[in-house]
Amino acid sequence: MYNEAIIFFAAAVRTSTPLLIAALGLLYGSRAGIRNIGAEGMMLIGAIVGVAGSYYTGNPWVGALLASLSGALTSLIFAFLVVTAGAYPPVCGTAINLFGLGVSTVLARVIFGMNTTMPIIASFSKINVPLLSKLPVLGPILFQQNPLVYVTIIILPMIHYVLFKTELGLKIRAVGENPKACETVGINVCSIRYGTIVYGGFMCGLAGAYVSMALLSFFTENMIAGRGFIALAVLTVGNLNPLGALGAALLFGAGEAVQYRLQVSGTGVPYQFAMMIPYAMTLLALSGIFKKPVKSSASNGIPTMKNRGD
Amino acid sequence: MSTKLQMKNICKYFPEVVANKNVDLEVIKGEIHALLGENGAGKTTLMNILYGLYSPNAGEIYLDGQKVLIDSPRAAIRLGIGMVHQHFMLIPSLTAVENVILGMKSAKSPRLDLQEAAARFSSLAKQYGFNIQPWVKVSTLTVGQQQRLEILKALIRGADLLILDEPTAVLTPQEVDGLFIMLKKLAIKGHTIILITHKLKEVMSFSDRITVLRGGSVVATLKKEDTNPEELSKFMVGREIIEEYAKASYNPQDLVLELNKLSCNSDRGLEALKGIDLQVHKGEILGICGVDGNGQTELVDCITGLTRVTNGEILLNGENITNMHPREIIDRNVSHIPEDRHKRGVVLAMNLIENIMMMDYYKPPYAKGIVLQWKKIESRVDNLINDYQVKTPSSKEIMNNLSGGNQQKVVLGREMTRDLDLLIAMHPARGLDVGATEYIHKKIIEVRDDAKAVLLISTELDEILALSDKIAVIYGGEIMGIVTPQVQIHELGLMMAGAKKNQTN
Ligand SMILES: Nc1ncnc2c1ncn2[C@@H]1O[C@H](COP(=O)(O)OP(=O)(O)OP(=O)(O)O)[C@@H](O)[C@H]1O
Ligand SMILES: [Mg+2]
Repeated sequence: MYNEAIIFFAAAVRTSTPLLIAALGLLYGSRAGIRNIGAEGMMLIGAIVGVAGSYYTGNPWVGALLASLSGALTSLIFAFLVVTAGAYPPVCGTAINLFGLGVSTVLARVIFGMNTTMPIIASFSKINVPLLSKLPVLGPILFQQNPLVYVTIIILPMIHYVLFKTELGLKIRAVGENPKACETVGINVCSIRYGTIVYGGFMCGLAGAYVSMALLSFFTENMIAGRGFIALAVLTVGNLNPLGALGAALLFGAGEAVQYRLQVSGTGVPYQFAMMIPYAMTLLALSGIFKKPVKSSASNGIPTMKNRGD
Repeated sequence: MSTKLQMKNICKYFPEVVANKNVDLEVIKGEIHALLGENGAGKTTLMNILYGLYSPNAGEIYLDGQKVLIDSPRAAIRLGIGMVHQHFMLIPSLTAVENVILGMKSAKSPRLDLQEAAARFSSLAKQYGFNIQPWVKVSTLTVGQQQRLEILKALIRGADLLILDEPTAVLTPQEVDGLFIMLKKLAIKGHTIILITHKLKEVMSFSDRITVLRGGSVVATLKKEDTNPEELSKFMVGREIIEEYAKASYNPQDLVLELNKLSCNSDRGLEALKGIDLQVHKGEILGICGVDGNGQTELVDCITGLTRVTNGEILLNGENITNMHPREIIDRNVSHIPEDRHKRGVVLAMNLIENIMMMDYYKPPYAKGIVLQWKKIESRVDNLINDYQVKTPSSKEIMNNLSGGNQQKVVLGREMTRDLDLLIAMHPARGLDVGATEYIHKKIIEVRDDAKAVLLISTELDEILALSDKIAVIYGGEIMGIVTPQVQIHELGLMMAGAKKNQTN
């Protein structure tokens, strides 16, 4: 029983990490007033670029880096449409999702051919952290994981710190609330928004690579399977807060882990029901059952100072 | 005496609106220069150009004799220009100190050093007699406190040319005096101040020179000594302004609004109203006077259903409306001119039609079933724009593009042209020019002469005294007493500072 629980929690950490990475990425942009619902698309692109990068170089880290850059590049399109051209963010996010699905599918077929079995790629495998992995309970849950989990554990407090303890973080929080006021104190609202969006794309690309290179070790069409949207739900349940996002990601990750277990344990529950769990949780989360007044930034992506009259 | 600032031949056109046309403005170092003009004359636009928020279509700016290019607020701040905007540029969910240092670099940059900032904040606040704590959330500050925070924000950035766009609109008389004493001090130290205001009294007592704008152009630049309020209002609106209003004799009739032992809590959970008893009759204007933040906001919110009453009751025409839904209260013919037009009065991103119809769009004759009757709606909106002289290119203009005073006129028009039994007017003339102020005061008196009840809440003593039939003084959430407009100002002042009305008189 004890072992069962440990294995379950370790699996939950493993499945929650991509959600957390993406959510931590989307967090800054959301705080700055622009939520990119194109996470799914950027993760898909990250997933294929990661696999391809690792396939050609034999190094999963290079793959992950390329995946992140591809996410950042994709988000640049979104940033241009929303910040510079003043387009409506949800529509652009949807476009990014469609774009991501198409591009990743095409890339996969071009690189690996159609209907052939996927090649073996170098992926992120489990590494035990010296000493820490020997800890009771925590050791097997947290420190016998793949390296991207450790990366996430390290950057989480950094992201929290930047948001709440630095001048940049204050600017990000302020821009989302009242961009006009920020302009009057000399803050460049556009560059803050570009920066946060592109950073978000970078993280989503990394999250995509996690799915294709740490959770699994190959690419299949549409393999992100809604994780980008779940990451958005994580963000909402976590109240646009890094620590809140951690809690929410673990919750959703646990949901996914439960799903896997139900599928393999043959409890007689039709597996379709098990597969529903993460998505049902997302719906519940977004309907506001977990927490009542969900924070959203006041400006909600309305472009600033439209009427400079020039 | 050297010239600090010279704006030459500034032109600014918006679609369908000429906001500034060939404006020349010269400001001398160390002076307090007043910028006057009616609503929509282009004052704010001119100052936004100087602060780098708008780029002009033509014209040049010289600072200390040097030609400068100000293409962003950042450039303006670097050149030592500070601006306190007409509408607050604050972030409600952040603390006071976070707002003040937003965008500034500290010694520990890029780390945020809030402790050090709070210390500087407090010492500056103390120096200028501003009573604001650094760690409070801005959303819990009163309008007056927010204004002071804005001034602090400009000062902490070390501006030596300070633009203040209607800074006194929301301050109490005592605070206004305090502010001007401080501005004088700053001017003596060599700061230059440009002040936009609609209050001629302030102009006459505190400014050195005056520039009047009309329809986007300069009509006069004068020394204070060479002019007088009558002449200034003639320059501004083309006629003289009366300040005493004709009123029908005071003849209160049936009781309309009755408050019994009304209590409620503020946003911060403190007791904001402590058992208020008040009555307003038909044909009566009851003025509520007091220093900002003594429960006025909560009082209005209770009556309009915007906050929960914790104790006591509110009767409207004999019916208990305590804690009713705001729409139910609106439907009982209660009109409300809110204190903060941006927060509660208008939706800035919507156009005039939508803003004006906000409460009535679903009612006949403006709607038949689910179909809007555009002819009826347009005729109401056009009449209102005409009657209230709202300066706008069309009824489809979005609110955000109107000048501050014209936004206020839209709110006033909407609230006063509905069927009404009770008018709750909070700072109704805030931001209005002298002509519009006169007009709105006359309208409020008309409502009263028409045998309606009016509850007038204002921090402007002149306004309260000129309009009210009875005056209730509020302090710390309690009514200190009810007096007539013939009261001694001195006695009123004491009551506003918390002295209960003397029982013997
Ligand atoms: N961003 C904008 N877009 C379109 N028109 C504008 C914009 N800003 C101002 N205007 C118009 O320019 C004119 C001048 O406006 P401005 O705000 O400068 O007036 P003001 O003198 O400050 O008036 P008030 O005393 O009412 O504040 C107005 O007619 C206004 O409608
Ligand atoms: Mg103005």
